[in-house]
Amino acid sequence: MQHTISVLVENEFGVLSRVANLFSGRGFNIDSLTVAPTNEEGLSRMTIVTRGDEQILEQITKQLNKLIDIIKVIDFTDGSAIEREMALVKVTAEDESRAEVLRIVDIFRAKIIDVTPKSYTIEATGNPVKIDAILELLRPLGLKELVRTGAVAIGRGAKGWKG
Amino acid sequence: MKMNGARIVLECLKKEGVDTVFGYPGGTVINLYDELYSFKDIRHILPRHEQAGTHAADGYARATGRVGVAIATSGPGATNTVTGIATAYMDSIPMVIITGQVPTALIGNDAFQEVDIIGITRPCTKHSFLIRDVNDIAGIMKKAFYIARSGRPGPVLVDLPKDVQIAQAEFSYPETVEIRSYKPNLAGHPKQVEKAVGMLLSAQRPVVYVGGGAVLGNAAEELTALARKLALPVTTTLMGLGSFPENDPLSLGMLGMHGAYCANMAMTNSDLIIAIGARFDDRVTGKVATFAPHAKIIHIDVDPTSIKKNVRVDLPIVGDVRDVLDKMIKQVDKGSVKAAEFRDALAPWHEEIAGWKAKHPIGYKQSTTVIKPQFVIQKLRELSDDDAIISTDVGQHQMWTAQFFQFNRPRTLLTSGGLGTMGFGLPAAMGAQAAFPDRQVITICGDGGVQMNIQEMATLVQNRLPVKIVILNNNFLGMVRQWQELFFDKRYSSTCMELPIDFVKLAEAYGAKGFSTSKPGEVEKVIKQGFKEKGPVIMEFKIAREEKVLPMVPAGASLNEMVLNA
Repeated sequence: MQHTISVLVENEFGVLSRVANLFSGRGFNIDSLTVAPTNEEGLSRMTIVTRGDEQILEQITKQLNKLIDIIKVIDFTDGSAIEREMALVKVTAEDESRAEVLRIVDIFRAKIIDVTPKSYTIEATGNPVKIDAILELLRPLGLKELVRTGAVAIGRGAKGWKG
Repeated sequence: MKMNGARIVLECLKKEGVDTVFGYPGGTVINLYDELYSFKDIRHILPRHEQAGTHAADGYARATGRVGVAIATSGPGATNTVTGIATAYMDSIPMVIITGQVPTALIGNDAFQEVDIIGITRPCTKHSFLIRDVNDIAGIMKKAFYIARSGRPGPVLVDLPKDVQIAQAEFSYPETVEIRSYKPNLAGHPKQVEKAVGMLLSAQRPVVYVGGGAVLGNAAEELTALARKLALPVTTTLMGLGSFPENDPLSLGMLGMHGAYCANMAMTNSDLIIAIGARFDDRVTGKVATFAPHAKIIHIDVDPTSIKKNVRVDLPIVGDVRDVLDKMIKQVDKGSVKAAEFRDALAPWHEEIAGWKAKHPIGYKQSTTVIKPQFVIQKLRELSDDDAIISTDVGQHQMWTAQFFQFNRPRTLLTSGGLGTMGFGLPAAMGAQAAFPDRQVITICGDGGVQMNIQEMATLVQNRLPVKIVILNNNFLGMVRQWQELFFDKRYSSTCMELPIDFVKLAEAYGAKGFSTSKPGEVEKVIKQGFKEKGPVIMEFKIAREEKVLPMVPAGASLNEMVLNA
């Protein structure tokens, strides 16, 4: 089962490798990982998307908590969070397919951010399922290059995490 | 007052109450050693190998409960400490390892004797620091010691570039330490404790299963008090030996792969297991699917990750084991009538256990012609001091020591339980003897393991550390040979140590005394002779070559499927 785990960490060198080690040391793959500073100086927030059986993920969550530089860990798997991801997509757009690409971009409320006579570069944001959907439609038209940020997640409701 | 970084490190050690360090000089710690030259408050012991220095710091920590300190230079010095660090990590031993590093400007350049020791040791340290600014030394050292000794203890590595040792700064040591991302939960939750006592008092077949956490958490006294108050049978892991006196009738001895029949049977037939500072290691549980099928499990541990890692747990209590046990005792005292009824109701359970004890006691067949290793261990117990500290290597002799020595006090057995490091025994004993110059320190080794760090004989003699080295010599790597005998059709692949070593001459080469015998009738005489010597001694016993450690739960079998005679 897929899990989205949010981790608040001290912005110290080596934190990323400590976290990555926990996964790699158990032969676990990380589907995506994002990390950037938060509004509080010295703190960063990671969003990790991974999959695996419940018992092992519970163990990983505990192990993450145990790392000295980690302040807080939340597993958002129960649907209590909003997830967003951005994708930059370079797609072939020649002749008749130019209009089709524009239509798809319009339907998904994405943006064209670079144009050449033979291609469009598209910026799409949304939850990862939406990103998957637009990619599925664009792929037959000639997908030249794809960059995804991986998901970021924030809890629903009024309550905010410190940091 | 301004001083250089090297001096600041020493001042920090002094502030932490460190009296002894084990270290090996080299190019990137030469500044540190230059300061040590005139620093009178710290005793420096020079081992003959950095691995041994790290094990010695570990042995010092295990015997005293304080943080052990090891120093090594960058590159090969640092990599030589890795086995020692991993050994300490697996057994949760508080240590600070200071490694030299190439100057900050050269880090990452493949400089001479450069290695990314932080990267290499990341999976086997509790935490690590690279100090990049001389002004950070004091704060980081304070954190390093705090992290090493608090919560579930462990080794912390501090990497110290050469230029940081040379740079000058004001020294002031922080009074307190606050790490917002690290707050171990020490106080057991009162509601959970109440529930635990409730579960316990309604059990009919309870067993207390104790691990190294009870030793590390200094909870032996509370554990003994609770067990005696309620007449609870107690079994310990290898690491837990000494936390509960084995001469107490409630003791079942060690459980697990080479544990006592009665201990494994009690676990299998129990209806309630209280795990205290233990982690349900595979050597203890046997086949997990059939482990303690009828038991509810209460698990007390300071480390939440230990709980539910390998087995289901019905009631977890996260906290310092001593605090939790103390609260449990108070809770039991509140309902003393119920406790008395509970004790009486345990009679049939004790009878059943006594039956298992009588049916297959830990034992061996004595011989008049060859020395049985178990006999040597029994004689050592009989002839050594009550508070003697025993260290072991890893293998058959380790299990015979665990089975036959009878440990009655905490911190008297120093052994590599988790990592199973051969070569640990001699240097660990060295560390313990440095901490306790007046106590009897004995290392029990096989002929294989002792040769992995035999060079430390020189350190013992030079530093007047009178460690008594007992070698149970079967000219085999006995434990692997035993597995080959039982599971590989006696194909003794590379387990025979074909060249006999003259251990008496070897002792003499280092300036120590050596005694050797192959006769059962001389065992007592040799031990007495060895113990009488003022300095380090080797006592070699040429033992029955193919003696096996029994009983044995084969790897992957259930706890109650023990091989009793083979």
